[in-house]
Amino acid sequence: MIKVTIDDVEIEVAPGTTILNAARQAGGDLVPPAMCYYSKLPGTGGKCRTCLVEVAAGSTADPRPMPKLVASCSTAVMEGMIVKNKTSERVQNNRGGVVEFLLVNHPLDCPICDQAGECHLQDLGYEHGSAKTRYREERRTFNPIDIGNKIKLHMNRCILCYRCVAVANQLTDKRVHGVLNRGEHAEISTYIENAIENDFSGNMIDVCPVGALTDKTFRFKSRVWFLKPYEAECACDKCSGKAVVWMFGNEIFRVTARKDKYGEVETIEDKTAWICNNCRFDKKDPSKWNLIGPRKIDRHSVISQGKYATKNDNNPKLLG
Amino acid sequence: MARKLLIEHAEVPGIAAYDVYRKHGGYASVEKALKTMSPDEIVEEVKKSGLRGRGGAGFPTGMKWSFLAKPEGIERHLVCNADESEPGTFKDRYLMEKLPHLLIEGMITSSYALGARRSYIYIRGEFMYILRILEKAIAEAYANGMLGKNILGSGYDLDLVVTPGGGAYICGEETALLESLEGKRGNPRMKPPFPAVKGLWGNPTVVNNVESIAAVVPIVNEGGEAYAAIGIERSTGTKLISASGNLVRPGVYEIDLGLSVEEFIYGDDYCRGIPNGKKLKACVPGGSSVPILPHYLVTKTAAGTDRLMTYESLADGGFATGSMLGSGGFIVFDEDQCIVRNTWNFARFYAHESCGQCSPCREGTGWMEKVLYRLEHGQGTLEDISLLEEINKKIEGNTICPLGDAAAWPVAAAIRHFRDEFEWHVKAPQEAQTRNYGLIQAPLEA
Repeated sequence: MIKVTIDDVEIEVAPGTTILNAARQAGGDLVPPAMCYYSKLPGTGGKCRTCLVEVAAGSTADPRPMPKLVASCSTAVMEGMIVKNKTSERVQNNRGGVVEFLLVNHPLDCPICDQAGECHLQDLGYEHGSAKTRYREERRTFNPIDIGNKIKLHMNRCILCYRCVAVANQLTDKRVHGVLNRGEHAEISTYIENAIENDFSGNMIDVCPVGALTDKTFRFKSRVWFLKPYEAECACDKCSGKAVVWMFGNEIFRVTARKDKYGEVETIEDKTAWICNNCRFDKKDPSKWNLIGPRKIDRHSVISQGKYATKNDNNPKLLG
Repeated sequence: MARKLLIEHAEVPGIAAYDVYRKHGGYASVEKALKTMSPDEIVEEVKKSGLRGRGGAGFPTGMKWSFLAKPEGIERHLVCNADESEPGTFKDRYLMEKLPHLLIEGMITSSYALGARRSYIYIRGEFMYILRILEKAIAEAYANGMLGKNILGSGYDLDLVVTPGGGAYICGEETALLESLEGKRGNPRMKPPFPAVKGLWGNPTVVNNVESIAAVVPIVNEGGEAYAAIGIERSTGTKLISASGNLVRPGVYEIDLGLSVEEFIYGDDYCRGIPNGKKLKACVPGGSSVPILPHYLVTKTAAGTDRLMTYESLADGGFATGSMLGSGGFIVFDEDQCIVRNTWNFARFYAHESCGQCSPCREGTGWMEKVLYRLEHGQGTLEDISLLEEINKKIEGNTICPLGDAAAWPVAAAIRHFRDEFEWHVKAPQEAQTRNYGLIQAPLEA
């Protein structure tokens, strides 16, 4: 085991663990945010730069600080490493810069975005963003492309985390979409307009940290915080059948995979519980699901505000 | 004028052909290396020579070579980075166009030193005509037993492949180059692992610039110590400089490192000064990515000593009053050039060439370009100048690869040294559209 100190908390982790995962093992607010890294999808990470941390001492053997901030999702810990996240002003300052970059071309159409309430960019904006933009130019837009009748691609909202590309690479046999063009004009696309159709394509929606990929069967139906999530399962020959159904009264509005507090699909019985498109898009009849019980969600999450919190009086975010 | 180690025979008629090249002493290093030297001895010579990477970063080549992992039973590769796309740099193009066999000779010798059996030249897509020249030269080398199986009866086998890229600046970054060579989108990889451990196809790989590989030829021929005798301190040997801009005689020059900048700009053997009796206004000494120097810092350092064409002297004073030798793209501006317009032009290049993988570079380069466009076109405000500085600071050091830094440095340096010209563009927008600011008046504050 390797000893590493993150924000004055000493953690013991297995060799080869990344700083981000070490922080997640400790939990709490020393965990850096991650928009592109997805622990269930090998090869993701390093791109969004929101997880940048300061390494005040590289290791016991070489205690020099690292000159640049490093991406905690792709930097392995060393024995005796000292990492600063919350406690480093430099990190907070630069993370604010990254969030500003992510937002300069973002349409900020949260009021009509289905992801609002469970959007990581929204959370990040609350935590590190500023109230006013310094961007005077016209925001970038893309021509909409149709990628099928179940999934809506809204490229203007995309932050190019590459997670959906990794899903297509790792869960399906044939990837038909990817990143086209470069720089500011880089976009998720299918080159020649083409439907993304395979049994697990819906998982792209679950991994998308923003509202760039949303569920067409749920589009504009309801705000997520008006719905009540239930853990449910069904017999499915394609996937685990373990999902969360989002209900309003006795009606199922949408089905998603079970996601942990980092927005990642949970591991159930040693397997990442991805769900198939049949369960996600076509099983909206409550009789097809075995409801296990209400899904536990973070009391401070936006979703909890609608149904679970008693009152919002104690929520510092809403007061501030 | 100093002796030329690399391009001495560049203008010999027909030198691109194997026979003519051979007659002028070509492939002597291959014979010497394969017949009389062990691979480790060559690495040792390169270390002794003090050769530093000629692509821009200036990392010691011998040290890079010694970092190459050599696990048993796993193939190793040497990749030549011929994706020369830094604005202001055209030395590799000249070298490959005139002396294709020099690069091939260097590739054989270097591959032998590294134990690579399959080496690659990755050339930028715009150099399609040079690709043809190299392909022809490689075919000649195969026909004459310099490539292929059992080269010169030494038992050493080498295959050399030249591959064109699609013409993206980012593919000059070594890991993006490897991705592109593997047939993928040219996005830089996260480091570590470094290519020396896990490079092309996951095998240990060394990526070197064209000029670095060509310089191995004289190093092997004459020994590392003879090479190290040229130059000053840690800047040894000769360097190809691509001189462009307002010069009487722009072009590619091979100089001894340690030549004074003044001699290079005004000397009769070199660029012969600024045309039309104009005065020097600024100079970018190492390709568009390096900080720009105002006229009072070009030939003298801030400390008042002569500025020399070396890695150390050009970097003297750090980024506050210095710059970098970089890839040797020496761009000179006379008093009629507009620094704001030039900075916008550079920023536009980086915004266009950013791969779009990581957010600070993708969004930041585009943002800087738009703000600079406004400033140049008379729609800027004074806040825009400080905004540019802030965007700069948020990009620099926060990106996956050095493209973000390369985009931030020239803008930061232009504002640092030419702030009054930027402010003039804001305060007198009409006038700024019709005439140039001229020379910077403010003297250097000690």
